[in-house]
Amino acid sequence: MVIKSLKARHNPLSDTQEQLQYLENGIFQSGSLPKFKDKLAQHKIEALRPNALKILQLNLGYMCNQVCAHCHVDAGPDRKEQMSKATLEHCLALLERLPIETLDLTGGAPEMHPHFKWFVTQAHKRGVQDLIVRSNLTILNANKTFSTYPQFFADHHVHVISSLPFYKKEKTDRQRGLGVFQRSIAALQTLNTLGYGSEGSPLKLDLVYNPSGAFLPGDQAALEHDFKKALYEDYGISFNQLFTITNLPISRFLEYLIASENYEDYMTALVEAFNPAAARAVMCTNTLSVRWDGQLYDCDFNQMLDLKLQSPIGHIKDFDAQQLQERQIATSQHCYGCTAGAGSSCQGSVV
Amino acid sequence: MFHTMKKGYYQPEDLKKFKDITNWSPELGDKFFEYYNAVFKEGALSAREKSLIALAVAHVVQCPYCIDAYTKDGLQRGIEKEEMMEAVHVGAAIKSGAALVHGVQMMNLHDKLSM
Repeated sequence: MVIKSLKARHNPLSDTQEQLQYLENGIFQSGSLPKFKDKLAQHKIEALRPNALKILQLNLGYMCNQVCAHCHVDAGPDRKEQMSKATLEHCLALLERLPIETLDLTGGAPEMHPHFKWFVTQAHKRGVQDLIVRSNLTILNANKTFSTYPQFFADHHVHVISSLPFYKKEKTDRQRGLGVFQRSIAALQTLNTLGYGSEGSPLKLDLVYNPSGAFLPGDQAALEHDFKKALYEDYGISFNQLFTITNLPISRFLEYLIASENYEDYMTALVEAFNPAAARAVMCTNTLSVRWDGQLYDCDFNQMLDLKLQSPIGHIKDFDAQQLQERQIATSQHCYGCTAGAGSSCQGSVV
Repeated sequence: MFHTMKKGYYQPEDLKKFKDITNWSPELGDKFFEYYNAVFKEGALSAREKSLIALAVAHVVQCPYCIDAYTKDGLQRGIEKEEMMEAVHVGAAIKSGAALVHGVQMMNLHDKLSM
């Protein structure tokens, strides 16, 4: 059971360059597997380029009350990075300037950010169509302060997207820590009581499933059916959609793959499942990810690898939609995670 | 030009070459894979039920490739390890039952030949 972040353990993989070395060398250097760019070329797909920006994803900071074994953020209670109020204000200014449909708040546990409520209130006032908070659920019953958040979410029409690796205790606790399942169930029940996740309610509650091991997610619709049936029958819980997300070989999941000697087989499975249709619909074509310090990235995964934006614009304070539109999306071999099978994004499968 | 071959049977990487059987007999190979894919589609039985049946049969026919394939398939479908093990027991029970039921033949002949 992981109890500390890679950073706190001084693990070499806490250095993003070390992770990129793994992704660029080894089986990809020897030619056993094609590099992502070559795979795109094989399918006559030119370098990935952005379409119109629809989703702005803010990573408010890496602090989290959980230390999940698969976390690509290397989040945990020891991580102190958090977005400054000045950067949050830059983000609000951007919401006023651009027709951004979705504001997606993630972390860490975004609720742990000291200005979280202020920022959500401000974003709500600006009429964002879809204001997402990615909640790990257990934060919502961590203490008295956080137990007020579900009502706050409802008052501000926050769209809650919650991770729940499985509808049974064992797999969930193995991935996310002992007791996480029961506390997640309690939080889901609270959200349901407030009207979240029921048919016809404007309060949306979606769940995220990611495999608890070195295998790819199965069919999203079939898993959603199983989750809905089991959670309703066992706990009376309802939710809207299940999003299946493939684990990308980054940070603690990469550490797990290497330590369990699954890295090569897992990468092979991702490459073999490459789907050109998914590659044409990857989320980085309509998303930008903002790091706690205001740096911009093509996606949250590139942020965690510090794979910089290929543009003269690097920081949100210098945001220039037209110049950003002209960039190529930065890729490495982790991108195979988003193009395998039915594809994977922060909104689940893409095809 | 020589074709080298690993010593020993059942190389895990050979499973990935399964589709190559079509190369030496395209018509029959294609027919087989078309049939195989149709069998596993959602039908009167769910794809999940079919996966568990395949896992049980994989053990009974002792096919390591099939065991690898349907253990992974089960994980991807969210099938739990207890379900997988029960499926293996169903296969094992039928296989051991099939051996034991022949005991009746033994008993019949024994009694016929005995005074």
